[in-house]
Amino acid sequence: MLKYMLRRILQMIPVLLIITVITFLFVNASGDPTSLLLPPEATAEDREIMREALGLNEPLHVQYGIFITNVLHGDFGRSFRYGVPALGVVLEKIPASIQLAGVSLLCSVLLAIPLGILSAHTKDSPLDLIVSGFSSLGRSMPSFWVGIMLILLFGVTWRVLPVSGRGTWQHLVLPCATLTINTATQIVPLVRSGMLEIMQQDYIRTARSKGISNAKVTFKHTFKNALVPVVTITALQIPNLVGGALITETVFAWPGLGQLVVQSIGAHDMSVVQACVVIISLITMASNLLADLVYCLIDPRIRY
Amino acid sequence: MEKKNGKPSEAGKVARERSIVFDLPRLLLKSPSGMVGFLILLTVIFVSIFAEVLMPCTPEEIDLFNMAQPPVWEEGGSMEHILGTDILGRDIFSRILIGSRVSLLVGVFSVMVAGFIGTVMGVLSGYFGGWIDSVIMRITDAFHAIPLTLLAMVILTIMRPGVLTLVFVIGVTTWPFYARMVRSEVLGLKNKEYVKAARTIGTSGPKIMLKHILPNVLPTFIVTSTLSVASSILIEASLSFLGLGIQPPRVSWGVMLSDGRNYLATNWWMATFPGIAISVTVLGIMLLGNWLRDVLDPKNQGLR
Repeated sequence: MLKYMLRRILQMIPVLLIITVITFLFVNASGDPTSLLLPPEATAEDREIMREALGLNEPLHVQYGIFITNVLHGDFGRSFRYGVPALGVVLEKIPASIQLAGVSLLCSVLLAIPLGILSAHTKDSPLDLIVSGFSSLGRSMPSFWVGIMLILLFGVTWRVLPVSGRGTWQHLVLPCATLTINTATQIVPLVRSGMLEIMQQDYIRTARSKGISNAKVTFKHTFKNALVPVVTITALQIPNLVGGALITETVFAWPGLGQLVVQSIGAHDMSVVQACVVIISLITMASNLLADLVYCLIDPRIRY
Repeated sequence: MEKKNGKPSEAGKVARERSIVFDLPRLLLKSPSGMVGFLILLTVIFVSIFAEVLMPCTPEEIDLFNMAQPPVWEEGGSMEHILGTDILGRDIFSRILIGSRVSLLVGVFSVMVAGFIGTVMGVLSGYFGGWIDSVIMRITDAFHAIPLTLLAMVILTIMRPGVLTLVFVIGVTTWPFYARMVRSEVLGLKNKEYVKAARTIGTSGPKIMLKHILPNVLPTFIVTSTLSVASSILIEASLSFLGLGIQPPRVSWGVMLSDGRNYLATNWWMATFPGIAISVTVLGIMLLGNWLRDVLDPKNQGLR
């Protein structure tokens, strides 16, 4: 178990390196930072001095070497928009993002699992059709549009909920609902098909023929086994959730990583963008690792 | 064909995969949801081809006398602008019709780019294994750890936004999904007897991949790519919404949503209708894709 975890963490290193290479290359190609750092009336010599000072005249691989050494020391460079180290700007925004994504994930799971089970148990009934229909519809709607429509209903027409910013729990309701609609509808069909597959297994038939009550068969025999794919699916939703949060945060002016990254890209504050990409990837990988560990707990057959 | 003689059941399987193509129309008639999806997609394709003929107004024409006119059923609406006009007096209905073109173009072509890169990578990875496999898989891991929208946003900062750029960016960010899928199919197929037989009689590697492996990956590939068109359309809409995709005055549903969002408090129709257009299109493609998956899945023989 410990050995497996160590191996997984070691495997994350090359992946993270590839991510830093990708972001480094794109940020490097995104243009000459001197034009942003210096006033427009700066002369060519000024620019040259600045380039030299920033190490921009070095060959690309040397620049990457410097970059990665700094990153390993927690230094992503300074954010020219805030004038402070980029990493600090990013870390400051993490709690807000985790709060939004965490609550949304929890709501999605709490909503999607009962609906999926219900849908599987009443297969092809009107109830199943309604649940499946709504989940298809939910997956088809762009999350930012769902957000806009919620703002329209609750913020503009009924004026019952705040539509932007962070503070009270009321501020959390709309962005969380937006992300939940999007995520829960992705999970429902997968819970449904997972349940259906397991309901056909021999041991379920055996349990039923032994006269075990319906509820017990559903929760003890079927659901416990269906949980493994459900955890996988939920873990797979995490990058989606973070990606969806990027735009949802922008729509609701939620002061998290998403809003930061969108604003930083708009302002060409590339050191913040680099830091965001690396941190978001780290969070994603960590949550995938966590999901693998949860498997162990719920499925005794899986041993690493 | 003689290479497959030693294994009649495999040859039979291939023959069955072929024959299902001719059965598709008949099967489609039996599935209400598949049929709905097919009809929606057909309508969207029709509209995007004949948009010029169907449009009541010129979508870019600014008409300051009819600014922010509500849809026809609201007070102040007119038959001339069925879905109302936007803040510059442009007809929303016409803009939605022409906007379908960008969505479909980006959706279909980005999937082609992703499918091509992903298939080549997946076949190489699965067929050769070893270090090639490790390198390609680590790269796909890296891509899986960064949310798609974030990666696309970073790449877009260095490119001039437009249809071609979006096709490229979405293609380049989504190929790892195909690579993984194709790889797992190839791993399954590589040890089939007919592939071994082909190798034994001295067929070259590229020929085995092209003639014996790729055709068998096709059903899975078709299903995945159909569903991917839907998600590419959503990504395009998000990027255009954030101002990184299609640029005005070019019309796209995402751009319309982004324009309309600013006038939510007074003019609800501006952001509502483009969102409905996106949702219906994506829903149609998804229903068709789900139906295809059920029909082409060998586990669901009974459906045929």
